[in-house]
Amino acid sequence: MDLWELSLHEARELLHKGEISSRQLTEVFFQRIEAVEPRIHAFITLTKESALAEADQADDRRRREAAAPPLLGIPLAIKDLISTRGVKTTCGSRILHNYVPPYDATAMVKLRAQGAVFLGKTNMDEFAMGSSTETSHFGISRNPWDLQRVPGGSSGGSAACVAARQCSAALGSDTGGSIRQPAAFCGIVGLKPTYGRVSRYGLVAYASSLDQIGPMTREVRDTAILLEAISGHDPRDSTSAPFPVPPYESEMVRGAAGLRVGIPKEYFVAGMDREVEEAVRNSVETLEQLGMQVSEVSLPHTEYAVATYYLLATAEASSNLARYDGVKYGLRGGGDGDLPTMYMQTRSAGFGIEVKRRIMLGTYALSAGYYDAYYLKAQKVRTLIKEDFDQVFQTVDVIATPTAPMAAFKLGEKIGDPLQMYLSDIFTIPVNLAGLPGLVLPCGFTAAGLPVGLQLIGRPFEETVLLRAGYAFEQATEWHEKPAPV
Amino acid sequence: MKITPQEVEHVAKLARLALDDAEREMFTRQLSDILAYVDKLNELDTSRVTPTSHVIPVQNVFRPDEVGESLPVEEALANSPAPEHNHHRVPKIVE
Repeated sequence: MDLWELSLHEARELLHKGEISSRQLTEVFFQRIEAVEPRIHAFITLTKESALAEADQADDRRRREAAAPPLLGIPLAIKDLISTRGVKTTCGSRILHNYVPPYDATAMVKLRAQGAVFLGKTNMDEFAMGSSTETSHFGISRNPWDLQRVPGGSSGGSAACVAARQCSAALGSDTGGSIRQPAAFCGIVGLKPTYGRVSRYGLVAYASSLDQIGPMTREVRDTAILLEAISGHDPRDSTSAPFPVPPYESEMVRGAAGLRVGIPKEYFVAGMDREVEEAVRNSVETLEQLGMQVSEVSLPHTEYAVATYYLLATAEASSNLARYDGVKYGLRGGGDGDLPTMYMQTRSAGFGIEVKRRIMLGTYALSAGYYDAYYLKAQKVRTLIKEDFDQVFQTVDVIATPTAPMAAFKLGEKIGDPLQMYLSDIFTIPVNLAGLPGLVLPCGFTAAGLPVGLQLIGRPFEETVLLRAGYAFEQATEWHEKPAPV
Repeated sequence: MKITPQEVEHVAKLARLALDDAEREMFTRQLSDILAYVDKLNELDTSRVTPTSHVIPVQNVFRPDEVGESLPVEEALANSPAPEHNHHRVPKIVE
């Protein structure tokens, strides 16, 4: 067995026993990256030199400290909109092509404190706006299961490099499904934590009321380990929740028998891929065999979620992205003219077409005369969507759904039709609008060999329940064991 | 809801974006399509619904007003497109 085949927790065991060193593991991942990266293009920036130094420090620390933190010496990949001190953070955009943050995101501070190793920054849709990683300024990424298909998005680079075994695990971010949909498309595990569970400090903002950082891993246990590491209250993010962090990994193994699972009928819609539906329905049977009680539930406002999201997220984006004005960092255009010309030229040259489209839509939704009709209306429908979930969670503990209506689509298939691209997020978006945690894990394959992902949705701050159900499912199935044929 | 090329131009100006003719034509078409789609929200009566801007019940977050560390000038200017005399140089904004 090659070392790059180890999942995060397997690598942790071998490091702990002294059978391998972090230096060895890190070198092996860079060999793997050299071998497959020309086909996948999961990374925007690789940081080999600093990674090897971090690995040496980790090995040194392990010799000195009796109780090593779980992520000591573990090689990770980080989505390129999570700020990394001294390492370029581009958000997949030309406007930040040369931006080097002078500080770390809180999630990075926590990982560094454990002594993790950072292999590089992963590719993504520009400013996380996209569902295929095709809007990156730095080129597309490819799906390790089929190089003619997208890895999903916006955390497509993180998903692809975990699936192609180029790192032990990765961090992504999720505003409308950007961790979960690529996790499903690439056959890995991904978790969007409850809004407020993980600090957003240093996460470059897209839609601040929806964004969350989360783990993307090979196995459920790996997700529990990473989540435990990055969660917690942060005085630097006023929206981070002041609640204690449970020991996710030890809670995860408590078993799932007796959990009540709801299947929302609105998530099995006409036009959905039949093979995806079949894989998800079979998984629900597995949950039942594991002693969970399955019943049908209803989330009646599901069909309004995409429209709600594309008004709220773009409105927040139009405000958040106003900061890219060419003054303090990033690209500057037209510096010789007057100030408005400089703003215009900077932004017109710096943003790609999807980012401009969303800024335009958001600006329109917030503009005089349209605020009530669009932005306020969408905020009210957000309430209705959240109430649907509140209602259902009175009778069930977990909601099980497909992650996307289809498996990974072809490169170029949807990029010309924004609305069709937006509709691929139909099953993930409601979870962000309601602020809930959502876990995605492999649950089958299509006849063409493309992975299908099962989504488990929980009550706020009940990641533990999702991990228990997900871990039980993973133990009973073998979907997560099949490697991508890259 | 149809949006006109003039409205697209107005919104672009608000967003500080300069569009070329092809972009203006494309956004007029695509934004009209998207707005037609989001009009489905009008099927719902929301006259008695409170808007949600924040999902987690955390309100009025305060911190002590204490002097802390801030970024050193060199670091704050390290990404500047036009640093000059410890400042960011920008085009003249007053006559």
